[in-house]
Amino acid sequence: MSPLLDVRGLVQRYATAKPLFGKANDIRAVDGIDLTLHEGEILGIVGESGSGKSTLGRMLLGLERPWQGEVRYRGQPMPAPGSADWRKLRADMQLVYQDPLAALDRRMTISRQISEPLEIHGLAKGEDARDRVAALMARVGLRADQADRYPHELSGGQRQRVVIARALASRPRFLVCDEPVSALDVSIQAQVVNLLRELQERERLTMVFISHDLKVVRNICDRVAVMYLGRVVEIASSDRIFSDPRHPYTRALVSSVPKPGQGLDGRIILKGEPPNPASRPSGCAFHPRCRHSDAGCAATRPELAEHDGRLAACLKLGHARPVAA
Amino acid sequence: MSFVSIRDLTVAFDGVPVLHGIDLDIDRGEAIGLVGESGCGKSVTWLAALGLLPGKARVQGSVRLDGQELIGAPRTTLEGVRGARIAMIFQDPSSSLNPVQRVGRQIGEGLRLHRGLRGAQARTEVLRLMDMVGIPDAKRRIDLYPHEFSGGQCQRIMIAMALAGQPDLLIADEPTTALDATIQAQILDLLAGLRRQTGMAMVFISHDLGAVSAVCDRAAVMYAGRIVEANDIDSLFAAPAHPYTHGLFRAIPDLEAGRARLRPIEGTVPDPRALPAGCAFAPRCDAASSLCNSYAPDLKDQRSGGAVACFHPVQSSLRHMTQQEVPA
Repeated sequence: MSPLLDVRGLVQRYATAKPLFGKANDIRAVDGIDLTLHEGEILGIVGESGSGKSTLGRMLLGLERPWQGEVRYRGQPMPAPGSADWRKLRADMQLVYQDPLAALDRRMTISRQISEPLEIHGLAKGEDARDRVAALMARVGLRADQADRYPHELSGGQRQRVVIARALASRPRFLVCDEPVSALDVSIQAQVVNLLRELQERERLTMVFISHDLKVVRNICDRVAVMYLGRVVEIASSDRIFSDPRHPYTRALVSSVPKPGQGLDGRIILKGEPPNPASRPSGCAFHPRCRHSDAGCAATRPELAEHDGRLAACLKLGHARPVAA
Repeated sequence: MSFVSIRDLTVAFDGVPVLHGIDLDIDRGEAIGLVGESGCGKSVTWLAALGLLPGKARVQGSVRLDGQELIGAPRTTLEGVRGARIAMIFQDPSSSLNPVQRVGRQIGEGLRLHRGLRGAQARTEVLRLMDMVGIPDAKRRIDLYPHEFSGGQCQRIMIAMALAGQPDLLIADEPTTALDATIQAQILDLLAGLRRQTGMAMVFISHDLGAVSAVCDRAAVMYAGRIVEANDIDSLFAAPAHPYTHGLFRAIPDLEAGRARLRPIEGTVPDPRALPAGCAFAPRCDAASSLCNSYAPDLKDQRSGGAVACFHPVQSSLRHMTQQEVPA
């Protein structure tokens, strides 16, 4: 089966503004990523802020051109942003944003916002568009009487449903959800997570689910890629990542999730701050915060390699599985 | 008598009641979690207690701190309480810090106001506080601006500012929500450590039940402006009695539970302008009866410990059943 999306050697580089003295700094937000995404799959991307999750998501959608490397969608290279081919692809792939209030136009009723993609892509007009909007609203669990409301009149969960309804309007096959439930309350979050899962099951939508909420990722994703400073440090099935994480960073991340009734015991508390992409450590980018690191880690950059049915990038993988977890 | 005692606290905005009579006691040194969804009144409770709500808010009831009434107290009294006895930290540190003032000066402001420290003395204390909240290399960084710190460090600076007045009670309003997972773990650790060190009481407002259970002794669950259940952490998590609490626990994905379908609470939080006549949770509740639709249950102490506001609390036998149910 050919993959829906095939990513090779993806690098994104941003230059910071040139300071008064010295030269402009190079930031590699994404630093060499290979990925394949199969039709109907939900791939989770986890990692801390600055790890390049969102940049990767934008490149997967072709919203940003990679500095190096290539994204192939259905076997074809991604067309240049703004080109006619690229515009046609927009209906096929959509982005669900993190902050629904910022993603919505506050002076437009929600029914107009949902029907906008229909007009832009010439998919439906007039009565037909109205019916489609009503169907979309019902599909994401919005009430018909909310059609003439403005975003500020809705709750956060309802706004996120509007964002999802709008993303679904053009019948996309591929969704990138960038922290779609982070701003939502627990009971509503579960509704939206279930909605996304239903969409995947019923319509075989393919999704990339970017989130820092590991519990949600565990629930919704088939596979999970863990990112650190622009690189994938571990990628495996969701079951493997969460039941038996191997990379020291993944292990810290998984252990940092507070569990009801467990208190603060048994958690790996990482020292230091999330790393700054503008001053990347040498060798393995994680080594300054890693308790297993040694001189070798500071010198050599580990590549992804197969370990027990997953790919992980760590030089110390033998040591990364100590008895005292 | 408890250290902080809230009795029948109500708040209304433009005639719309959003807080419907909160009763809550906090002992010295105790850590209590306030859990609930946005708009349920977790934060408003404390903003009202500290007189921080805008003028259009109508606040009634009583909040006593060591016997001293805060509701309707003159400004000078409140200013002696805010920061000095009760300090508050907020969710988004970057919007709570002044972007054009050096962090050392912002921490020092509390020292000057509440402890009369100035000059070199204040600077030494600022350094000590920055050290205490785990900002490395404080000496070099005391004169930096907030944007030169990461999100986690800004939250540490906020905590240092809150500690400057040596408060007896720290209100932490979603202090870890905006932070990355590994940094969240650091901040929870820091808060738990600071409480041990200083003996201050803490109110931890959060929708993250895991985080609440990690740092609190007791928790109160709020829904639509009321406390619907309160209990010590272990009992609350082992045997939630209110259908809302029960539903909330079921709605959280579990790292260990694999990919079982989540069980959301259907419906949404009611609009405060159009609350149901009876129990506010009744429209979303499976156990609701006609009684629930006409009368709002009071928060009543239970024989088994804790307090619940429900006519049909979840039976423990039923709870076991639902836990063993095959996920749909």
